[in-house]
Amino acid sequence: MKLYDRHKADKAGDALFKSVSYFFALSVILLMSLIFIVLIKESWLSLKTFGFKFFVSSDWDPVNGSFGALPAVWGTVVSSLIAIVIALPVSLGIAVFLTEMAPKPLKGPIGTAIELLASIPSIIYGMWGLFVFAPLLSEYVEPFLVDYLGFIPLFRGVPMGIGMLPAGFILAIMIIPFISSVARDVFLMVPSILKESGYAVGATKWEVISRVVIPYTKSGIIGAVILGLGRALGETMAVTFVIGNSHEISLALLNPATSISATLANEFTEAVEDLYLSSLVELGLILFAITFVVLALAKLLIKRTALEGGRR
Amino acid sequence: MNLHYLTRKAANIMALTASALSAAFGIAFLFWILKDVLVMGLPAINASFFTELPAPPGTEGGGLANAILGTFMITVIATAIGVPAGILAGTYLSEYGRKSRVADTVRFISDILVSAPSIVIGVFVYAILVRPFGGFSAIAGAVALAIIMLPVVTRTAEEMLKLVPNATREAALALGAPHWKVTVHVVYRGAIRGITTGVLLAVARVSGETAPLLFTSFNNAFWNFKLTEPTATLTVTIFNYAMGPYEDWHARAWGAALLITSVVLLVNVFARVILGGRSAQ
Repeated sequence: MKLYDRHKADKAGDALFKSVSYFFALSVILLMSLIFIVLIKESWLSLKTFGFKFFVSSDWDPVNGSFGALPAVWGTVVSSLIAIVIALPVSLGIAVFLTEMAPKPLKGPIGTAIELLASIPSIIYGMWGLFVFAPLLSEYVEPFLVDYLGFIPLFRGVPMGIGMLPAGFILAIMIIPFISSVARDVFLMVPSILKESGYAVGATKWEVISRVVIPYTKSGIIGAVILGLGRALGETMAVTFVIGNSHEISLALLNPATSISATLANEFTEAVEDLYLSSLVELGLILFAITFVVLALAKLLIKRTALEGGRR
Repeated sequence: MNLHYLTRKAANIMALTASALSAAFGIAFLFWILKDVLVMGLPAINASFFTELPAPPGTEGGGLANAILGTFMITVIATAIGVPAGILAGTYLSEYGRKSRVADTVRFISDILVSAPSIVIGVFVYAILVRPFGGFSAIAGAVALAIIMLPVVTRTAEEMLKLVPNATREAALALGAPHWKVTVHVVYRGAIRGITTGVLLAVARVSGETAPLLFTSFNNAFWNFKLTEPTATLTVTIFNYAMGPYEDWHARAWGAALLITSVVLLVNVFARVILGGRSAQ
């Protein structure tokens, strides 16, 4: 009888433990849905007032209660693209160095150093960008850019060290560790027999990398890039310090701009009117939706490389 | 023919040099940033930095004791909420629903939430915990950080639990132990090192977060021991001080930056080297 009781207690314990862990697993899905629902509810006023105009208007006038997302979305997208353009070649270089070139005793420490770069809080990047990097840029780099590359409209603007280009650069430094560690991991998935076949027919190291490793890992690399893009789009602190907070759209990358996250960080606690607050939440909703799509895409692509790895 | 070999060789050397240079570039920035944080932060670190309340700009002395306590308090509460929830969710993924559709969805959503913009999490918590309850509070900040921790801990816990060999589970089950006892006494014990590493990395990550705290725990110039009041944290203090116009604010911001960076890096190095675990991401 006693044994039977214990059996019953064990059964109850099992059911309880399973349902508790099931509940917490579901809580992740619940949380994601709740975030979307709450953001939509809170931005309802702005959604109703501006409708589609919110996405195409470049007005940002808290005094008259007229808001448009375009400058912030533009800044978010452009600064992230700049970051990717700078970070992609550097990260691929790092991944190549770590997987194909570095002598064994160096691989570990250098890999760890790069990963440590990823763990530094983003506010440190932003602060360092503002106090150390921006003065250097405005003194030496940006006047040079304006003088010699100023014939390209992109390289015009006020050489203050604060603006779209510096923000993109700081973001690039921030996402390099993410992209390079994912790229390293997908490079390691290339079966060595493929590389060895390349070397056996007399290919140089670079030929093996560019014609065997990179084509083989293409979708994984694209996934890594999109993952970095997702990080860059949502980053707040590294951007807020150096982007300059100006709701003007300008092609000249040296001019101050703003991004969704920077707008939120600077204005959210100051927004007292309902419409103002609601418009800011709608910006947050747009950012959340963009990063959701981008990250989902990255995840699918990385998964595909892992699946196709053995087949091609 | 000779030229053909030469160009191939030259391309090879150039490409490999470029790769080595990019690695050097990445590492150079790491050391450059760390050097500046150290050089600018060190002068601000003294006994009063750890023991006194912030002084008004222009006056000597003063510290960030309240912000240090605030960061500690909020991180501890966030860990207390996020870690058990994450470990249990990870347990479901690894022990019960390995191949179920629910588990796949949870994995997918977790991976997205891990990189979701943290400032939006701040906006979300503002809407559910700050406005309805009439003000910024330490607990709202802690909940925001716990939300950021949840997916990280979930995925790490799952990965680490999966590493425990099935034979171990079967051996314990064969002795007649119920599934939950097997999980708690056998599987958890086998994965404890990996899970600890993952938890430490998650704690390090959220303790350096700023964006989700801006509209949740906000800031406070004084001591605060109540969970329902606005609370100063090191990161939000850095943000306010660095954006401010005063030189001595900047100096203290660098001091705070040095403190938080060293703690985060030390925890990371500790987690990686001492516990010998692989990175959580």
